This record gives sequence, C-alpha cells and structure tokens, in this order.
Amino acid sequence: MRYSAFSIVKNALSGNLKWKPQWRQAEPKSHYDVIIVGGGGHGLATAYYLAKEFGVKNVAVLEKGYLGSGNVGRNTTIVRSNYMLPGNEPFYEFSMKLWEGLERELNYNVMLSQRGVIMLYHSDGQRDAYIRRGNAMWMEGVAAELIERDQLKKMIPFLNYDHARYPILGGLLQRRAGTARHDAVAWGYARGADRHGVDIIEHCEVTAIRRENGVVTGVETTKGFIGCGKLALAAAGNTSRVGEMADLKLPIESHVLQAFVTEGLKPCIDHVIVYGGGHFYISQSDKGGLVFGGEIDGYTSYAQRGNLATAEHVMEEGVTMIPGLSRVRVLRSWAGVMDMSMDGSPIIDRTPIDNLYLNCGWCYGGFKATPASGYCFAHLIAKNDTHPVARFLRLDRFARGYAVDEAGAGPQPNLH
Amino acid sequence: MASLITCPHCGVRPKEEFTIRGDASLVRPAPTASDETWHDYVYVRANPRGRTLEHWQHAGGCRRFLVVERDTFTHEVYSVTDGAAFARENGK
Ligand SMILES: Cc1cc2nc3c(=O)[nH]c(=O)nc-3n(C[C@H](O)[C@H](O)[C@H](O)COP(=O)(O)OP(=O)(O)OC[C@H]3O[C@@H](n4cnc5c(N)ncnc54)[C@H](O)[C@@H]3O)c2cc1C
Ligand SMILES: [Zn+2]
Repeated sequence: MRYSAFSIVKNALSGNLKWKPQWRQAEPKSHYDVIIVGGGGHGLATAYYLAKEFGVKNVAVLEKGYLGSGNVGRNTTIVRSNYMLPGNEPFYEFSMKLWEGLERELNYNVMLSQRGVIMLYHSDGQRDAYIRRGNAMWMEGVAAELIERDQLKKMIPFLNYDHARYPILGGLLQRRAGTARHDAVAWGYARGADRHGVDIIEHCEVTAIRRENGVVTGVETTKGFIGCGKLALAAAGNTSRVGEMADLKLPIESHVLQAFVTEGLKPCIDHVIVYGGGHFYISQSDKGGLVFGGEIDGYTSYAQRGNLATAEHVMEEGVTMIPGLSRVRVLRSWAGVMDMSMDGSPIIDRTPIDNLYLNCGWCYGGFKATPASGYCFAHLIAKNDTHPVARFLRLDRFARGYAVDEAGAGPQPNLH
Repeated sequence: MASLITCPHCGVRPKEEFTIRGDASLVRPAPTASDETWHDYVYVRANPRGRTLEHWQHAGGCRRFLVVERDTFTHEVYSVTDGAAFARENGK
C-alpha cells in the first residue's frame, strides 16, 4: 500500500483497522543469492538497494532480534556531512543527498529535519581547525558557514559564552544537516525491501558460517541452515563475533555509547549543537525531549548498558555548555554496542573469502551513513566492484598505510 | 562496568582514577618482524565477548600500569596485576 493523504483519510474513515503490516513475516527459504546478516539500518538499506537498484531479487536479511533493536534504534539521530578528509567527505555527502530524497524514494516519512548542525569552538586554534574543515567541505561542493560569537549569540542565546575555561567563540554550521527519525528509517527501508521481494527474517540469529573449499555456502541459524551464493555482514557492534565464524581477523573493538532523553519541553533548541570543549551533542526531538550524548564509555564492552560515571560526565559537559539544562529532568538513558575501528572510519569491502562481504566499523557515526552505506555495499555485492565514493574505506587500508583518521588519534579505537 | 578497581598498590579505587590503554594480550613483535606481524599487532584485535586482558594505568594514584582481567559482557573483574609483575610472569 502506498501512503498518501488519500490513504490516510480512507483508513481513518474505516477506523484505522485496515492498515497492512509494513513487511511480511517471512520464513527462510533453503537458498538465497544474497544473505545479509543484521537487520539494522545498514543491512536493510543494503537489501533495498540490492533489489531496487541492482536487480538482485533473491535476498534475505537475517536479524537475531527484532528490526530496529540494534543501533539504528538507539542512536541520537544526527545526520550531517561536515567531514574533513577526502576519504570521508564525498561518501557522507552522497549519503546526505540520498537523505534529502529518501522520503520520496521510500514513500515513507522518516522525518528528516534539516535544522542545521553547529559545532562550537572555544579557542583560536579550534577556530582555525574548523575553518580548515569548512574549506575542505567547500572543496567537495558542500556549504559550510563560520558563525562568529556575536551572530551566534543571537541564534543561540542560552549557551554559556563566558565559561572561564571553554568560552564559546563561535561555531561551524552546516545548514543542510539535522536529524531523522531513526526507527522510521529502519521501517521505511524494511518496507521498501519487502516490496521488492526481499525476505526479512526476524528472530533468526546466525550462529556459524559454513564453508566448502574455502567458499561460503551458507549460514547456520537458530532457524536452521540457510544456503547462499553471497554472504554480507552488517552486524554493527557484533562484527568481530560474526567475523570470527569465518576466521576473519578484524581491526575492530566493541565499545558502548550512551544516549539520554529528557522530559518533554516546549520548543527551545532549534539546531543540533555540538560542544567542542569536550564531546557533547544535543538536539530536541519533535516530541519535545532533549536528546543528548557524549563520549563512549572508554573500555571494550558488549553490554548494552553504560556506566553511571560516564552519564555523570556527559551531564557535566551539557550543563557547562547550557547552564539551564541543570533544571531539566532526564527521563531515560540507554546504550548501544558499536564497532570502533582503528582509525574511526568505516569499512565497506570484500574479504579474503571471495563471496563474503563486510560492512562494519561505523563507530558512533553510522546512522547518517545508512543510505550511502546501503547503496555502496549493494553496489559492491552486486558488481564485485567498489563504489567510487567508498574507495577509501577498504579493509586493507591499514596495511597499505592509508588510514582515514578523521580525529588524528592513531590506532586507538577508544580515542576516536 | 564495575565502578571500583582494586589496585595492587593503592587498594580499592574508583574506576575514574584509571586510564585505559587497551588490549594487554598483544605481544610486541621484534623490530625485524614482518610487516604482516606488525600490522596485526598495531591494528588487529581479538575483541572477545568474555574474558579479556587490558592495560589500565592508575593515573590518579600510583601511576603504575596494571593488567586488568575482566569480562567484556558481564564486566566482572577477575584480577588486577601490576604490569611489570605480569610481564615477568608471562616472560615478556
Ligand atoms: C547511543 C548512540 C548514539 C548514536 N548517535 C549517532 C548519531 O547521532 N548519528 C550517527 O550518524 N550515528 C550515531 N550512532 C551510530 C549509529 O547508530 C550506528 O553506527 C549505526 O546505526 C550502525 O548500523 P546499523 O544501523 O546497521 O546497526 P544495528 O542497528 O546495530 O544493526 C546490526 C544488527 O545486526 C544484528 N546482529 C548482530 N549479530 C547477529 C547475528 N549473529 N545474527 C543475526 N543478526 C545479528 C543486531 O541484532 C543488529 O540489529 C549512535 C550510536 C549509539 C549507540
Ligand atoms: Zn595504584
């Protein structure tokens, strides 16, 4: 069913009892041309583009939980393309462009809100670094604006401009950046993939990868063996564990990142604001809650919960930036397990096993990448050829000396 | 995560006094080792869901490097050993 004003009125008149499920509850077939492990945003987007753009129809997505139970439903929903390195910026801008057409493409309201992302700076050195980043964006054709203190004060009056240690001197603004409704992105891609014949199989955990003569022939799952021509891993956070099933050695550590949401308030924060004095970011959801987060917890973890000390640290940073926050109550907090890669950038590549493909290492920035990741991964799987904007995101870049180290932190995942 | 770490030198301390440096099970290769060996040492991680060894520095206390053995899923801490003692015991 296509969604439209007409379909809403029609369903309203029939008491909203006739809406159809958005995707079928598929049972596994014995064999697929492509199996995708992981029904998060990336796995579902990959399935969608495989079927829609590249004509690969016999595809299954296997998800151990329910759709959206992973990071796609846990993130703080920021989408932006304000990266600096040539290995990243064209990729994230490709994603931004796909976001801008996504609702029409999927006939689904993912609530993309281009409210602008502003990254604050607190020192001359940081301003220069942001000017450089803005210029790098312009060189890729992406608009960026430096907002100086006086102008910023008018735009965002409630920040703590005169903090003794981290006075706010200005910010770098990308107006096209913003947020999207994270669950809707998963559901929209799931519905789109389903309409193109993809089987989405929930509550189906991959427990082993079967190989014959060095080639992957299928996966053992909690619903039995399922054969495949090609196997694609998109298991954010659990990549090392799934990779291990095929003896892959990966440049990944699993770390946990927390997020928080406050009680609902009247509209007060118009942008996504990123605090450059530490690592804190905040926006207001359409329901009114302030959604915010900070640094990862710092040590490797597979537990989908964070520790209180990090929560406290995040709150401190938030209050440093916006003193008024101290009077707002936090409603909920939660955490997600992410792959932190050795340079903080993702990996979309083939593996040493011919029919095994890898999509991982999204660290805590992979939500914004969902459309481009799906598109590029599908391109790779269908054509056995890297999409041009993902050509820097290869698995062997560390060995070749071409790390895409946006933060300049070296091979230390907990610093990215 | 356990919020307390028992430093063998300073006793029970809050985790925030410590700085985490990552995987302590890696063995630094010889300078002449192959590129592949060095690549694995610098970039590849076993990343187990379960028991793991990590370097933690007691930066807010005795400043010693420690080896903490803990579970990455339950966050239970099994042992904390002084880094030098650990290296001696493991012949590194
Ligand atoms: C708190 C938090 C805030 C974040 N904020 C942002 C942000 O503001 N902007 C941004 O761009 N990014 C953000 N991120 C990062 C972003 O959420 C992730 O990088 C991205 O969602 C990962 O891709 P995914 O959606 O496919 O992952 P997931 O949704 O995690 O999908 C992976 C799926 O694989 C499944 N799986 C794993 N193992 C198996 C198995 N053996 N068998 C079957 N299925 C399996 C999992 O159950 C999971 O559903 C944030 C992350 C967190 C945790
Ligand atoms: Zn100590």
